[in-house]
Amino acid sequence: MSAPATPPAEGPTLAIRGLEVRFRTEEGEVTPVRGVDLDVYPGRVTALVGESGSGKSVTSLAVMGLLPRPAGRIAAGTVRYTGKDGATRDLAQLPPSALRGFRGREIAMIFQEPMTSLNPVLSVGEQIAEQVRLHLRLDAAAAWRRAEEMLGLVEIPDARRRARDYPHQMSGGMRQRVMIALAMSCTPRLLIADEPTTALDVTIQAQILALIDRLRREHGMGVLFITHNLGVVAEVADTVTVMYAGEVVESAGVRALFRQPRHPYTRALIDCLPARATRQADGQRLVRSIPGSVAGAASAPGCRFAPRCTFQDPACAAERPALVAVAPGQASRCLRDAVLA
Amino acid sequence: MLTALARKLGGMLTVMFLVATMVFFLTRLAPGDPAALMLGDQASEADIAQLRRTYGLDQPVVVQYGLWLKEVLSGNLGQSIFLQRPVLTAIAERAEPTFFLALFSILIASLIGIPAGIVSAVWRGGRSDQAVSAGAMLAASIPSFWLGLLFIQFFSVRLGWFPVAGYGDPGAGLGQRLYHLILPATVLGIVNSALITRFTRASMLDVLSEDYVRTARAKGLSEARIVLRHALGNALVPIITVVGLTAALLVGGAIITETVFGLPGIGNLVVSAVLRRDYPVIQGALIVIAGIYVIINFAIDVIYSLVDPRVKT
Amino acid sequence: MDRAALALFFRRLFRRKLVLFAFVVLATIVLVALFAPLVAPYSPTGMRVANRLKPPGALNWLGTDEFGRDVLSRIIYGGRASLGIGMAVVVCSMLAGTTLGLLAGYFRALDALIMRGVDAMMSLPDILLAIFLVAVLGASAGNVVLALAIVYTPRVVRVVRGSTLVVRELPFVEAARTLGVSTWRILTRHILLNVASPILVQATFIFAYAVLAEAGLSFLGAGVPPEIPTWGTMIAAGQQFADRAVWVVLFPGLAIVLSALSLQLLGDGLRDMLDPRLRKAL
Repeated sequence: MSAPATPPAEGPTLAIRGLEVRFRTEEGEVTPVRGVDLDVYPGRVTALVGESGSGKSVTSLAVMGLLPRPAGRIAAGTVRYTGKDGATRDLAQLPPSALRGFRGREIAMIFQEPMTSLNPVLSVGEQIAEQVRLHLRLDAAAAWRRAEEMLGLVEIPDARRRARDYPHQMSGGMRQRVMIALAMSCTPRLLIADEPTTALDVTIQAQILALIDRLRREHGMGVLFITHNLGVVAEVADTVTVMYAGEVVESAGVRALFRQPRHPYTRALIDCLPARATRQADGQRLVRSIPGSVAGAASAPGCRFAPRCTFQDPACAAERPALVAVAPGQASRCLRDAVLA
Repeated sequence: MLTALARKLGGMLTVMFLVATMVFFLTRLAPGDPAALMLGDQASEADIAQLRRTYGLDQPVVVQYGLWLKEVLSGNLGQSIFLQRPVLTAIAERAEPTFFLALFSILIASLIGIPAGIVSAVWRGGRSDQAVSAGAMLAASIPSFWLGLLFIQFFSVRLGWFPVAGYGDPGAGLGQRLYHLILPATVLGIVNSALITRFTRASMLDVLSEDYVRTARAKGLSEARIVLRHALGNALVPIITVVGLTAALLVGGAIITETVFGLPGIGNLVVSAVLRRDYPVIQGALIVIAGIYVIINFAIDVIYSLVDPRVKT
Repeated sequence: MDRAALALFFRRLFRRKLVLFAFVVLATIVLVALFAPLVAPYSPTGMRVANRLKPPGALNWLGTDEFGRDVLSRIIYGGRASLGIGMAVVVCSMLAGTTLGLLAGYFRALDALIMRGVDAMMSLPDILLAIFLVAVLGASAGNVVLALAIVYTPRVVRVVRGSTLVVRELPFVEAARTLGVSTWRILTRHILLNVASPILVQATFIFAYAVLAEAGLSFLGAGVPPEIPTWGTMIAAGQQFADRAVWVVLFPGLAIVLSALSLQLLGDGLRDMLDPRLRKAL
């Protein structure tokens, strides 16, 4: 699972530029995602990292056209997707009916909560077969065979029998495999995985990650991997985009990111990894954390991370930094990134 | 699962017992002597006393209760004082119009309520939602007898489309019967649709916000398929419950409509029994009516435990 | 509750225009009924046989009934009886239901007994139970109130019991218990205040049901004695003239519909406003 040293030959499968999402709420309009740029290349994994509330899930929902209607909408930006037919379209401009044609067939998504993401009254085989019948136009028998095939692909033991099972008869790890089988059943070009292993325990987590990685390599599928866990990022990602409070604060290749983070938030996240825990005088391990929490409204001027930043100075509170390239293939949104170099 | 069902059965029996006891003693509290009422003003004291003895009305109340309870438990609901026939027979004779009316009404109510509820939930907050909710509330504010009277005036008297009242001639076939029931069933259907609309809407809203609906959307399925196949299937439980219970309540609860349309149903039977202090009929009918409700309630529970795949294993 | 909180309460409640409309309609109906002698154009009982069964016109806006009495005035005065009975039913069922509900929710020993009783009562259709009770008690306005109060008490019991069960487990009640606050105090001050909102919502709905039920009972002749003009007795008396003078039946019914509808809309508005707030507050 190592990141390639050379840049990819093809153009990106997914290229997001300047994405802005707005929600209408009781208290007025909020902007959970603002000015986001992101690329996913075929056969490569882009990790989207951030804590809860950073806007990473909203970004993925926006790509899929799954923002809650009528409250949510894409207010600005482009979401350029290059499909199986080779054509590039801006998904943000497509009407909902056209967008639906991409879901499942070209872009698939797996979610965080495997326990509740499957319909309790339909068998798992049927839930896969239904999608296959729709997108691949197979008849019922052929669709069911493919469903069994997919379950086998995700290493579910005794797949043919288990296809008739209902979700409640399976464990969390197995249900997540079913979700993956579902997502892969129409061989999508882009897989969006929103925290697929967060709800699972560590041993299962490793298996799921290995499975996703194997499928990625075998099918040349681009993966947008959303997580808040940097450990997972180190394992799976080729490029990393870090989000904070709705904005991209840093993006870089995975090695460069860990070796030389150019944003205080990234740096703080890395410092918080258990592997970076220091040993104190009394022999206890001290795992660091970032004090404070994400600020509420976006109205305050200046850098949004400044209140929690150890490198901040008065300029940071006054001026909003822009996302600029600080090294080949690495960009940061910080006035003081030089300090971290 | 069996223990849960057994417990429900026990609860059911307790409820029936309470209803029976309550009905028995309250009935006795009503002023008026059935024997005196039956024999009229001119009857002599001796005659009245004689009649009371015949019906066991001269015994202490508690004794009467014990005897009656014993009879009920062996399936005998007693003899009607006024109708000269067993209570069960009297009820059975009147059952057909009420039964058909209840069925017909609940069908109409569901045909109105369920689609309305679905539309309301899918386009939540929009104009159709507001219209449906307001409409449902309007339907629930209409007195059934008033609507019945107006319907009769308009559709039967003025337009002549339907019979003014009654259940048809004694030998009439099913078609005739149902024809007579169209207007009353529509009235009851409209009035009872409100609750079904509300429950359908609430249940659909719950289901539509579930994670698996989001998954279904991510699969690229059409909105229609998501609503009808994925959402509705899961939403049916509370909907069917309320439909079943409303139907059960229509058995004795349609008396006003039965009166307006002149239908010889159970409701009518009970009302006249109440006015005449025909104790056995009052008690028997109320027990049967409560029994129907309780049984339907229980049956719904049993069906769910059999049908829900989550409970099957 | 201070002025600002009250203002906020109303502002939230009337966020939906429909609710505001319902409130205005209801207030109008209540005020008109209250000030009947001042508002009604004619006496409700004044018979002028020459004037019988006149259609709505300039003199009698809603027409006249079979005795020449002005329908509008009778509806206004009838509102006093119908709404008065409704209000009385609400008060009685709230008192009884809240007490029983609190007891059932707080004392597990009483719970099973009370709830079985509730189940028993709810297994019979409302109107049937009401007719039965009125027959037992005797036909009078007071007894109609009592009968209907008994019919609707189970609903209140269920709602109050439900809320009590939830509130009972909350930390501050637990704390009060350990501090030795008397059971009575806990029930009345801590729990009751917290279940006040669902009770209020139920009250508006029961008001609506009671108005409808009273009309039904009066129509069947099993309710208040026919001399007292309520909307139900008006319809009952007007039945036979419905083909020639539909207004005799139409307008009292519309009064019922309007009252019941505005009550339910108001109740809905209250429920929308109070529920999510309730969860936040708890």
